[in-house]
Amino acid sequence: MTRPTLGKQQIIAFMDECLEVEFSFVKNEIPAESVSCLPRQQQDFILNLVKRVADTNIELAYQFACGAVYALESMDQRMVEEWAMTAADYYDRKGLFPAMSVIRDLDNFINTAHERAHGSVLEDEIGVLLPFVRGLSGRKLKLEAAEDIYTDTETIFLPPVMALFSDEKQNFLLYKAMVAHHWAQIQFGTFRANLTQLAEDQLVKFCSLETIRLDACIQRDLPGLHRQMRSLQSHFDDPLNSDRYEELAGTLSATEATVQTTIDLLDRVPYEQCPGTFIYQGSIKPQAVAATMAKRVFREKALFRVALSEMGEELTAANEDSGHVERKPAKFKIRDRTDQDSIGNATIQLEFEGSLVAPPQHVKELISSIIVDFGDIPPEYLVAAGPGEYDMTVSDRTMSPNDVWKGTYHEEGAQLYNEWNYKRQHYHKNWCVLREMEVEPVYDSFVDDTLAKYSRLLKSLRNTFEYMRGEDKLLKKQPHGDDIDIDALVETYADVKSGMEMSNRVFTKMHKEERNVAVIFMVDMSGSTKGWINKAERESLVLLAEVLEILQDRYAIYGFSGMTRKRCELFKIKAFDDPYDAEIKARISNIQPQDYTRMGVFIRHVIRHFSEVEASTKLLITLSDGKPDDYDTYRGEYGVEDTRQALFEARRDGIHSFCITIDEEARDYLPHMYGAANYTVIDNVTALPVKVSDIYRRLTT
Amino acid sequence: MKSKALKPEEHFITEEPYYQPIGDEIRVFESAYKQQLPVLLKGPTGCGKTRFMEHMAWRLKRPLITVSCHDDLTASDLVGRFLITSGETTWIDGPLASAVRHGAICYLDEIVEARKDTTVVIHPLADDRRILPMEKVGELLEATPEFCLAISYNPGYQSVMKDLKQSTRQRFVALEFDYPGANLEAEIVMKEAAIDAATATQLVKFAHMTRDLKGSGLDEGASTRLLVHAAKLMHDDISPVVACQTAIAQAITDDHDMLVAMNELSSSLF
Repeated sequence: MTRPTLGKQQIIAFMDECLEVEFSFVKNEIPAESVSCLPRQQQDFILNLVKRVADTNIELAYQFACGAVYALESMDQRMVEEWAMTAADYYDRKGLFPAMSVIRDLDNFINTAHERAHGSVLEDEIGVLLPFVRGLSGRKLKLEAAEDIYTDTETIFLPPVMALFSDEKQNFLLYKAMVAHHWAQIQFGTFRANLTQLAEDQLVKFCSLETIRLDACIQRDLPGLHRQMRSLQSHFDDPLNSDRYEELAGTLSATEATVQTTIDLLDRVPYEQCPGTFIYQGSIKPQAVAATMAKRVFREKALFRVALSEMGEELTAANEDSGHVERKPAKFKIRDRTDQDSIGNATIQLEFEGSLVAPPQHVKELISSIIVDFGDIPPEYLVAAGPGEYDMTVSDRTMSPNDVWKGTYHEEGAQLYNEWNYKRQHYHKNWCVLREMEVEPVYDSFVDDTLAKYSRLLKSLRNTFEYMRGEDKLLKKQPHGDDIDIDALVETYADVKSGMEMSNRVFTKMHKEERNVAVIFMVDMSGSTKGWINKAERESLVLLAEVLEILQDRYAIYGFSGMTRKRCELFKIKAFDDPYDAEIKARISNIQPQDYTRMGVFIRHVIRHFSEVEASTKLLITLSDGKPDDYDTYRGEYGVEDTRQALFEARRDGIHSFCITIDEEARDYLPHMYGAANYTVIDNVTALPVKVSDIYRRLTT
Repeated sequence: MKSKALKPEEHFITEEPYYQPIGDEIRVFESAYKQQLPVLLKGPTGCGKTRFMEHMAWRLKRPLITVSCHDDLTASDLVGRFLITSGETTWIDGPLASAVRHGAICYLDEIVEARKDTTVVIHPLADDRRILPMEKVGELLEATPEFCLAISYNPGYQSVMKDLKQSTRQRFVALEFDYPGANLEAEIVMKEAAIDAATATQLVKFAHMTRDLKGSGLDEGASTRLLVHAAKLMHDDISPVVACQTAIAQAITDDHDMLVAMNELSSSLF
């Protein structure tokens, strides 16, 4: 049965409610008029989107409603939805004004949509382009979207959409060519010359000429890529097709040509005789390069010299152990690179007191980055830093996470996570700002007191958990094994005597069940846990840690709390690799109630931690005292739905989630979030420490 | 053509296996052998540890018994066990016991993969006692001077759970292996697969590219062995890009983006 089309008045009523007309005073008659002419399915589609956008911003939703019918005439529904969501996304990231311009500038969106349809989108290709450029060796470069195509020597900026060709494959190749060209600028020393003094027209000339030189470098090193770049260019005019460039190209393509060759040519080639531009060449921004380089050169020099001094200390210490060598300042030399070829830049050999040393990986990377800048390691770099010469803590991290609380907001060193908006049915991109903080250890008697308090329970817990340890099991009647199973043999022998076939299962075998569990405990540190809940949580952790040590399961403990999406803080109590020692105990003792609980972001962060460990069973156990809840909109259904979405993501990555809560109303929402069997409600807080270990045992056997 | 069946302890390597020394590992091994010291080979997969052992077995003219360790390898898999034949139990030597008995070189490949109890049975063999206790038959097997024990492990790739214990590693003369330098590696690839120098150089470049990706998407870069595989395919007229894709990229990862990226890298090179 088809439903009847909505009348204008019905649509107005619906929109009035969505767009909160009492407060916003928008005039819904105009959009309602146009929507009322559509068939019911399209009406529903538009109204549903209006509602979803209205959840982000009412004005935006109104503008969308006004343009929706026109949009639907020029695009299919999928694209219209994309259009609305792009606007909502812009609102999140840049504010109302840019979002409105997305809605208003529909024609532009339609154009880009067509481009997107057959073009290449950087976001989609970055998964391939990034390993590609990293594989090309040299410095570990980053790729980012920008309006202009250039590099600042650390990042290559590329257009977000590439639609020069009508074929997607060609567009991708153009991306690849651009990446390779800018990589070549960095790798083959374009920026070893000072380009800031070049006048604008000189710079244009330089850019063209340098491209010829770099192409020759690429041709030598990466002939396949060079062929691809030529074939891309062949769809357009060849900038080098005239005979008069022959000599020029010859000079620049010579093996010994450097950036200086290009600069020397600048004065000899008049502007109008300069070859045209290649499609992949982009531009050069000397100011951006100089700024990035200045910063990096200082940083890398410091890092390198400090690394040398560390290596020097280690080596001298090793020599002292074996009983010779008096103390001298560390002296390093670069060994002549006779074996050097263009294959690996990091094949540089470091010499310390006459013998070769192998620098650790991070130093190797530093070396290749320095060589890329200078073509060699400058001699002043080879002097190990004296004690206290550089304070790496200062230059490394200029802003501390705690500054956030002292009024200077920044996002340096923080990690960004998406958040699920169930009303919009879409993620807010890079919405939550998460930092990992450390819990200051407080050395008091809390852990000892707890152990004393629960000493009898602990004894039985230990017993139970001892049983769970991978125990040797003697498997009988095995086809292969360490020893003969006499019982089985007697049986078989009897079988043979009575004319039956002899079984080959006559051995015993020791079998060890090995546990391979990694578990993260997430402890609610929200303000509501203040008092006995907090104490019970800490006690539970102490008991848990005791039994986990018996089981030798890998485990980590994090506390979570925060206020608004800009200040999500995960407190590290114990990481997977930390041993359970006095410091960890002191940290458990100092778990303090903080602010609110925005759960989703923490789950997403913990998923990242899990991806770094290998285990057949990955378990995320949350100790909580209530619904996800934050200072802003993160409450009620919104919080529950985001958490549920984050848990979905965890499940997709093979992580089992379990929640232990003391919230008696949890039965209303936890089954929805975690699934019917994946939570426990504990009525009596004092029972928490006893129960938690027990639940863990049940979960992992 | 029929394949031959030989007992491992009777299998002598008669033709020189191609091995290109990187440092003085041959001299050190020979000296350790003469002094009856056990040897530990460290290094990433496919860098030539096993080939080195074959080469040394040929040099020293001893049979080479190789045991590839796995996580179900038990002590009796090495030492031996009773089997039942026609209603009676008979003792059968394991590879380690038979190597000790016949003065062969016993090479335990990827020793950390074996169960912990296995590593302990080699302890009395690996110090100056040089005996193999065989509890089940109540015997002590004394090693002849020709016997040699060698083990290998890859420090880069195993998990912390499977680290080699100090009590084990401190009994061995340790030789470290790594991928050879670029020129040397190209030479090896040329020699093994009979391809020209230019192609070999490009292949080695490709290997370096993948090794640079270690840690940013790859667990391990392309080993020399994989290069030789690719080169052999190329020698048989498979196109370089296909050879790199099938013999190298597909062999080191399943990640789709990574595979495409490596394909782009190899097509850039050739």
